Amino acid sequence: MQAAKDPAVQEHHALAGDRQDLPVIAPGHTLSSITDKITSIVLRRDTPLAWAASLAFASTGLFFLAISIAWLLAKGTGVWGINNEVGWGFAIINFVWWIGIGHAGTLISAILLLLNQQWRTSINRAAEAMTLFAVACAGMFPLLHVGRPWLAFWLFPIPNTMGVWPQFRSPLLWDVFAVSTYATVSALFWFTGLIPDLATLRDQAKHIWAKRAFGMLALGWRGAAKHWERYEVAYLILAGLSTPLVVSVHTVVSFDFAVSIVPGWHATILPPYFVAGAIYSGFAMVLTLMIPLRSVYGLKDFITDRHLNNMAKVMLATGLIVAYGYVMEAFYAWYSGAPYELAMINNRMFGDAWKSYWALILFNVLIPQLLWFRKVRLNPVTLFMISIVVNIGMWLERYVIVVTSLERDFMPSAWADYYPTKWDVMLYVGTVGFFFFAFFLFIRFLPVIAVFEMRTLVPARDPSAKKGVGATTSSNKEGAHP
Amino acid sequence: MAQIFHKSFNSLSKVSIVVGGLVAATALTLVATANTTAWISYVGVAREQTPPFSHKHHVAGLGIDCRYCHTTVEDAGFAGIPSTKTCMTCHSQVWTEAPILEPVRESYRTDKPLEWVRVHDLPDFVYFDHSIHVAKGVGCSTCHGQVDQMPLMWRENTLNMTWCLSCHRDPAQFVRPKDKVFDMTWTPPANQREQGEALVRDYHITSKTNCGVCHR
Repeated sequence: MQAAKDPAVQEHHALAGDRQDLPVIAPGHTLSSITDKITSIVLRRDTPLAWAASLAFASTGLFFLAISIAWLLAKGTGVWGINNEVGWGFAIINFVWWIGIGHAGTLISAILLLLNQQWRTSINRAAEAMTLFAVACAGMFPLLHVGRPWLAFWLFPIPNTMGVWPQFRSPLLWDVFAVSTYATVSALFWFTGLIPDLATLRDQAKHIWAKRAFGMLALGWRGAAKHWERYEVAYLILAGLSTPLVVSVHTVVSFDFAVSIVPGWHATILPPYFVAGAIYSGFAMVLTLMIPLRSVYGLKDFITDRHLNNMAKVMLATGLIVAYGYVMEAFYAWYSGAPYELAMINNRMFGDAWKSYWALILFNVLIPQLLWFRKVRLNPVTLFMISIVVNIGMWLERYVIVVTSLERDFMPSAWADYYPTKWDVMLYVGTVGFFFFAFFLFIRFLPVIAVFEMRTLVPARDPSAKKGVGATTSSNKEGAHP
Repeated sequence: MAQIFHKSFNSLSKVSIVVGGLVAATALTLVATANTTAWISYVGVAREQTPPFSHKHHVAGLGIDCRYCHTTVEDAGFAGIPSTKTCMTCHSQVWTEAPILEPVRESYRTDKPLEWVRVHDLPDFVYFDHSIHVAKGVGCSTCHGQVDQMPLMWRENTLNMTWCLSCHRDPAQFVRPKDKVFDMTWTPPANQREQGEALVRDYHITSKTNCGVCHR
């Protein structure tokens, strides 16, 4: 944030005319207008009807989730469409899809922070919340897939009466560590970033119980210089911890496939291609959430066209890496000359599941090329539609990877077809419902935009501001108690 | 502005960090140690039976061989629980009027088996075969303890997987000469390490620790 006022950076901004003409915050805002605008979403006393209706709609998904989990636990994983040959199915497709979505939140909050990207400020809070809820959805799938989730603690290396440790050579175990670390660090990062805003809400709230609830969560934050100093250190450390996770978590997820010998999985391209795909789908989901959010709550002043433009560019870049991955998969198969690899790519492109393959190429590679056009990037409607298309495309990608490879591996006697059952679909819909349910609660009860960080953007954009105000991060923090 | 919280919350919040950690650590320790107690494993807990059959009386007192009742221990996975007819081979002649044996006679009359409380019950997902253990010099008392000294049967060992593996990983600690398998009084000699290793070689013992050996 400081470096944004660095002359070198300013010059850089000036050179990039594209950035210069799109502000990260609409002009005319003051410290208090930002605070009021954002906190009013939480502190308004009435319940907006549209919000209640959305929550009710999402909670039907929650209901599906409860039923499908209860039925699964009562009957076992046989209610799913998995079989001896295709043992992973929807559970792993959805796991990878959800965990990938989470990556955008971490990238925005950690990497863009370390790179001093100002435009992260108004989207990081909601993107991190998205990460948390997506990781929660992701975590459900392997947990339920083990069949007896109450014994899932066996996955952790704790002393036990069996005299054995988990299989440390298995990527599935690395997954346990990767995902649980990711969930922990993301939750800490999100909560740490919330503390100053929780204190603002505590001070702004009228109702005594609201004051107490926010006061408890604010952990006694008074906005003292010492608090800010510790906050900055803690936040930076957490950002440092999160940064490698952006790359490592999905790399480990890709190892679930790459370390095996199944044709179509056993490829060195998988880790970078999975990481790019994760960020790609994550930014698609951030856009899917942010575009309606900013218009419904009138937050276009804070989540500006600059943000949409930048996120679209990230999508375009990562989408191209993903496209390179698709090309390389086919190239490897051809260049290796290995009959099983050739059969794999042939089966994907022209086999029974050809529709899924070409649909994913259309959704992930061809349609997103529209993002080269500035008009498309700056039009919320087209951008929203492309983000939905990419969300679907990335799901299809995981479907093609997981299912087609397992359906047709080495021996024809081990070939089988996979059809998801209604319980597979219901559980998936259920997690989507859970995700949106949690997100709607988040919108209503916590500030969707980091208030105190937004306030740091004001002086730099306000030509009438006295020199020195906002020149350092700590001087902006006086505004913690407006 | 009035204070939202009482002054004491300052100390409370600090204390709660320590107390929360302690509570979590205590709970985890309790759960972990509970697994090793007789409360879970039933080690040393004599189980009530109807009738109260005494291995001590029949084995140490009368000198009946294990295989007289557990007939299939050398040939099959299951050692075998004797039928009432096996009891009646003697008890049609001795103690024919004893009230304590009425359940045995009733079972014989009605052709309904006696219902013993099973003391050594492995989970259903464990495949275990008595015959191979007996054939390779693993004595009865190594696992079941000195049954000839048990008025009522109890479990001498936990039957935990750790316990199975303690032998499967190093059988030389326990293996005895084949002719001593049914000897209740056999104890490991001073040179068990050398003798056990020699027996492991001679008997071609290749005890496995693959998952699939027991979890088939």
